[in-house]
Amino acid sequence: MKKITLKMWKEIDGIIQRHKEKSGALIPVLEECQSVCGYLPMEVQERISKGLNIPGSTIYGVVTFYSFFTMTPKGRHIIKICLGTACYVRGGKPNLESIQDEFGVETGGTTGDLRFSLDSVRCIGACGMAPAMVVDDDTYAQISKQNIMKILDGYK
Amino acid sequence: MGRINRDQLNEIKSRGENIIDIRLGKAPVDGEKHLMVGGGTACHASRSEPVRDAIRGEIEKKGLSKICKVIETGNDAFSTLAPVMVVYPEGVYYVHLTPDDVDDIVSQHLIDGKLVERLLYKDPVNNKPIPRMMDIPYFSNQTLITLRNLTLIDPENIDDAIARDAYQGAAKALMDITAEEIINQVKVSGIRGRGGAGFPTGMKWGFAARAEGDIKYVLCNADEGDPGAFMDRSVLEADPHAVLEGMIIAAKAINAHQGYIYCRAEYPLAIKRLKIAIEQARRYGLLGKDILGSGFDFDLEIYQGAGAFVCGEETALMISIEGKRGMPRPRPPFPAHEGLWKKPTVLNNVETLANIPQIILNGGQWYAAIGTEKSKGTKVFALAGKVNNSGLVEVPMGMPLKDIVYKIGGGIPEDKRLKAVQIGGPSGGCIPSDLLDTVTDYEAITCTGAIMGSGGMVIMDEDNCMVDIARFFMEFCQEESCGKCTPCREGTKRMLEIVTKITEGRGEIDDIATLEELAEMVKDSSLCGLGQTAPNPVLSTIRHFRDEYEAHIKDKRCPAGVCKALIIYIIDEEKCPGCGKCKRVCPVEAITGEKKVPHTIDPEKCIRCGVCIASCKFDAIGVV
Repeated sequence: MKKITLKMWKEIDGIIQRHKEKSGALIPVLEECQSVCGYLPMEVQERISKGLNIPGSTIYGVVTFYSFFTMTPKGRHIIKICLGTACYVRGGKPNLESIQDEFGVETGGTTGDLRFSLDSVRCIGACGMAPAMVVDDDTYAQISKQNIMKILDGYK
Repeated sequence: MGRINRDQLNEIKSRGENIIDIRLGKAPVDGEKHLMVGGGTACHASRSEPVRDAIRGEIEKKGLSKICKVIETGNDAFSTLAPVMVVYPEGVYYVHLTPDDVDDIVSQHLIDGKLVERLLYKDPVNNKPIPRMMDIPYFSNQTLITLRNLTLIDPENIDDAIARDAYQGAAKALMDITAEEIINQVKVSGIRGRGGAGFPTGMKWGFAARAEGDIKYVLCNADEGDPGAFMDRSVLEADPHAVLEGMIIAAKAINAHQGYIYCRAEYPLAIKRLKIAIEQARRYGLLGKDILGSGFDFDLEIYQGAGAFVCGEETALMISIEGKRGMPRPRPPFPAHEGLWKKPTVLNNVETLANIPQIILNGGQWYAAIGTEKSKGTKVFALAGKVNNSGLVEVPMGMPLKDIVYKIGGGIPEDKRLKAVQIGGPSGGCIPSDLLDTVTDYEAITCTGAIMGSGGMVIMDEDNCMVDIARFFMEFCQEESCGKCTPCREGTKRMLEIVTKITEGRGEIDDIATLEELAEMVKDSSLCGLGQTAPNPVLSTIRHFRDEYEAHIKDKRCPAGVCKALIIYIIDEEKCPGCGKCKRVCPVEAITGEKKVPHTIDPEKCIRCGVCIASCKFDAIGVV
């Protein structure tokens, strides 16, 4: 499990302080804390709960409601396979399955070496390039079983 | 320049008009040139940034920087051709660019004045190059209002936008006319909410304006979640000031002073450009206190969504901004009376707001002259799927679907047969090929069992199984159901189970009736729009493609050859030369055969993954 370092705790406290007085601060705080830690473990949620004076149950409810939040650490690289309509009809699903088989990872899971996290996503708005894949911030067009592994080789 | 007043706004506009004239083709061709490189998300994904940098470098190297300007736009409308570039004033359109093409463009086009033919757009039918963008049928058949600045401005430069009339509508709304007159003009225009429900915008504003309350809010719904729809993203990336201006006008109409743009986190480029636009507008005093010296205050913030489809529903969106689980609540009270923080609130979609400045500037009558009796103006569709030209298309309301698919979309690839047009996203339905004369009009589309929705338009051909498509959308709605109300939570789950069962060959003949009964129940009794429309894909496919359901259930056959449990792969002995390629690529060793002898597939071992079909050069593997 990825540890929350002292530096991260300080950043978390800073985020809480900056948003404390605003109404509706919880979701922006969670977004920023997740970008610091990579995930939102219970201890971070408890810290936010005390800092914002919001019950832990409410925070847990919000974290588990939105797909953007995660309570498990993510891999170094995030693979997102688009399964929007256009990508789906052009073969997004077999592409997803081939990654699952190659790395032995389920959708939503992370490889044991923390190299990749695999997700399927709803439309990323690149329908003209279907089927599309996003690795970290890079979008790849017209992916196929033939070129996926070559692309992923570039992410160590 | 710091805060500006109206005269200074007009000064910036007239100064910028010379620049815009070049891009509108009004300037002499041998003068200054503007190279507008597409830079929306789809362009960036197709590596447009290296092209942009390479062309800047090459122009610099050849000493042309004085007369040739490279500008990045947010244009990715014709996304299959990205990266693209338009050279003005000629209006020449170059497609599929790579950094290696830059030398030719600079030396041939910019220096010698000759077109680089190999980089021009080619007609998909006769393969003839069409040099000018506006001669390409994809563009020439469109009517651009929402997307009017797509290839004409740098979205990160407010002066470009001002030169194209940005904030003129706001200036008029704030200083020349009353709030009642604004609402009246919007009513006269007949514009209806472009997010999906199609509620008249002017009426919505009227309710919020009359609502009692000292604090009111204007919200922009940029939580574009329908798979297949990306017009809102494109507007935000290409012309963010149009949306800000629309919000200022809405604020004046209902007397609000604070706004929020709720944008999904999956759109980082849109958020980045919005932030830049907001900052620039604030510097000019177009947001904040005393806008343009009118005495009116309005400011806004971006609120980043956290990934929940249901937050596109208005009450859920407001609850999400309040920092809670974004679950819809019953209406009434309607947001116009009790919205965000229980204050009167107007929520409009990006595309709706982007039309408002033009309506105020040109008058409601001007807008109402476009379209059909009950659906006015234009609508942007995101055309995708099995169609030659995919991308955003903006057409006047009332255009027949067949014109969108064939005239603008360029028809179906590989001469396949069009089976259906899926319109309206997961809340929509499939319109079969024999109803292609249906026009884009809210009521006409609803008659077919689909809905206008936010404008996703996915073309399906004979290789798409309609039961599988229904299952796909059902799965989407089921996963995105927030779980608050029972009909949606349980009903969509049961419907998904039945449709899945049918695609797996375990369907029974009563299943169709059960599906229809469940669908009506979910439609009638769900709390919000998500549940009320979730059964549409199933209902519309049963209505128009009942034979496909029956083939799956009675004959245990998938006519389109998609549903894996119901198909087998078979090698055509007459076509197979026994090259061995399929045998090598098969992941489960299901293919056997000696060299130079036709091979065979063991249906027991075959997992129908399709790798062999993709690898066969002889088209010898069929699906039955």
